[in-house]
Amino acid sequence: MDSFIKHSGSAAPLRRSNVDTDQIIPAVYLKRVTRSGFEDGLFAAWRTDPEFVLNQPVYKEATILVAGMDFGTGSSREHAVWALQNYGFKVVISSRFADIFRGNSLKAGLLTVILNQSDIEAIWLAIEAKPTMQISVDLESRTVSYNGVVLGFAIDDYTRWRLMQGLDDIGLTIKNSDSIAAFEKTRLAHKPLTLPIRV
Amino acid sequence: MATTLAQKIWAEHVVRAAAGEPDLVYIDLHLIHEVTSPQAFDGLRLAGRTVRRPDLTIATEDHNTPTLDIDKPIADPVSKLQIDTLRANCAEFGLRIHSLGDKNQGIVHVVGPQLGLTQPGMTIVCGDSHTSTHGAFGALAFGIGTSEVEHVLATQTLPLARPKTMAINVEGRLKPGVTSKDIILAIIAKIGTGGGQGYVIEYRGRAIRALSMESRMTICNMSIEAGARAGLIAPDQTTFDYIKGRPHAPADFEAAVAYWKTLLTDADASFDVEVSLNADDLEPFVTWGTNPGQGAPLNSVVPDPAEIKDEGARQAAERALVYMGLSAGTPLKKIAIDTVFLGSCTNGRIEDLRAAAQVLKGKKIASTLRMLVVPGSARVRLEAEAEGLDKVFLDAGAEWRNAGCSMCLGMNPDQLTVGERSASTSNRNFEGRQGKGGRTHLVSPLVAAATALRGTLSSPADL
Repeated sequence: MDSFIKHSGSAAPLRRSNVDTDQIIPAVYLKRVTRSGFEDGLFAAWRTDPEFVLNQPVYKEATILVAGMDFGTGSSREHAVWALQNYGFKVVISSRFADIFRGNSLKAGLLTVILNQSDIEAIWLAIEAKPTMQISVDLESRTVSYNGVVLGFAIDDYTRWRLMQGLDDIGLTIKNSDSIAAFEKTRLAHKPLTLPIRV
Repeated sequence: MATTLAQKIWAEHVVRAAAGEPDLVYIDLHLIHEVTSPQAFDGLRLAGRTVRRPDLTIATEDHNTPTLDIDKPIADPVSKLQIDTLRANCAEFGLRIHSLGDKNQGIVHVVGPQLGLTQPGMTIVCGDSHTSTHGAFGALAFGIGTSEVEHVLATQTLPLARPKTMAINVEGRLKPGVTSKDIILAIIAKIGTGGGQGYVIEYRGRAIRALSMESRMTICNMSIEAGARAGLIAPDQTTFDYIKGRPHAPADFEAAVAYWKTLLTDADASFDVEVSLNADDLEPFVTWGTNPGQGAPLNSVVPDPAEIKDEGARQAAERALVYMGLSAGTPLKKIAIDTVFLGSCTNGRIEDLRAAAQVLKGKKIASTLRMLVVPGSARVRLEAEAEGLDKVFLDAGAEWRNAGCSMCLGMNPDQLTVGERSASTSNRNFEGRQGKGGRTHLVSPLVAAATALRGTLSSPADL
């Protein structure tokens, strides 16, 4: 995973709440067995509408998506994160993310930033007034800055450290293999095993 | 210290806890399927890693499988490649798989309980958000993404932040014709699609205790639709009776039951949030919008967005009515339906098929619609056929399909067309969920069957 320390770019305002992962990428696009190439499925249904924000030329260069509340609800498909990344987004800002989507994004290196809804509204207005406006998202200082406005955001120390180092979560866990093996010795005997097969 | 059931199960699975880090939590059972696993196996290969516990892992094919002509090669080459990839990965890493045509194939959340692999006190994960279903057994079960699937394959653990706890108390008694689907739809309408975000929900109270295991699964299944990654119900005699005699039931059943009986929230434990609902007041509940929180009693009307105070919710409702092609004030029972879908991990178990068949028996579905009956698993299909339910559905004019996720998510050929309207026993009414441009009303199996007969959203009481 690439490390994430700071990102600056222009942003697209997605003025919708409850953007579920079926909207981010419909199920028919989930048949691929790779992690790449999902950009064509991103918001597939909405992109047929010429008025949709990502179809507006002024937002073509956007690398930050600023969305309404409850972004990423529904299906656990990590393809939603990949589709956003494959399209070119580095950061998504919302006032609330669904748990699984947020977990997936932070594992895959797409930074999800939580701000108050009133701050989101202000950012939307600022972007719409000047679509080329640059927003800086600084993970080190945990701040979002635009037009001289600086907003702090919360992210736990561990996740921040892991993202800034670009570390592989699995590699970190494998360092604790002895603890896992010790735990397995204490596991209750009656808990089921899938093998050998019983039907 | 007094603890809740979720906290108890969590504490029993912490492999390692360190200040400033997420807990490393052991996973007792990992369910996998074709859609969210291929990239995880690629990751293992790339890093030269193996599956740590093949004996705690089981795969089935469900999301992308056809429900017709299952004895023939899968027609869509992209779908076929995904299924073949799962089969090859399971062969390479030595994992158990129940493939299309196997009598234990089916929707992953139907298969686990039916094999007796889902038991109280376990931690269960799957790359599917409806893993919360297994919480009905008093297990801590939740959906994960593909990066986490890879993590569990490699280490049998996950680093996780401790969730908050929410109690939803459902007291009283359900009226006839009102089901657990109506309870959960009413709960989601009450707390919203983000209301459970960050929480594990424990469903409690007399109305919950009175439910069968399969009805409990319906409730826990849709916890994610309220934003909660997991929902659970304390195990009791109903749970123990359901597990007894299943293929993977514990050999020393008494020892297991003795442990399972300890899996309760302490009387003096407190939850971060408590919500109450009275079952006495509940009626059949349906959705009118494009998220599962946009629901109302079947006897009411399509709501007027202008009366919604919250601006975000009002705009969402306005957009939903446009998408759904509905006008405020229309009685929900006047809404004509094109397709009835009975199935899914929410309502595709034998009890659901029995309930619907009871309503349909000896009658014909409306000539204006089609009805798809898709059993949740191949075993449910066999069981239904042994009881003659297939004949009831076929005689009524419905289609009797093979097991899978089918029209719940419209990934296989079972999809709605643009503008087509469904009454669906599944879990999500998102825009395009059941097919591009399709319009979904979420309903219980009883409402699905009555709707099939009348052609408009209906409950058995309307017949």
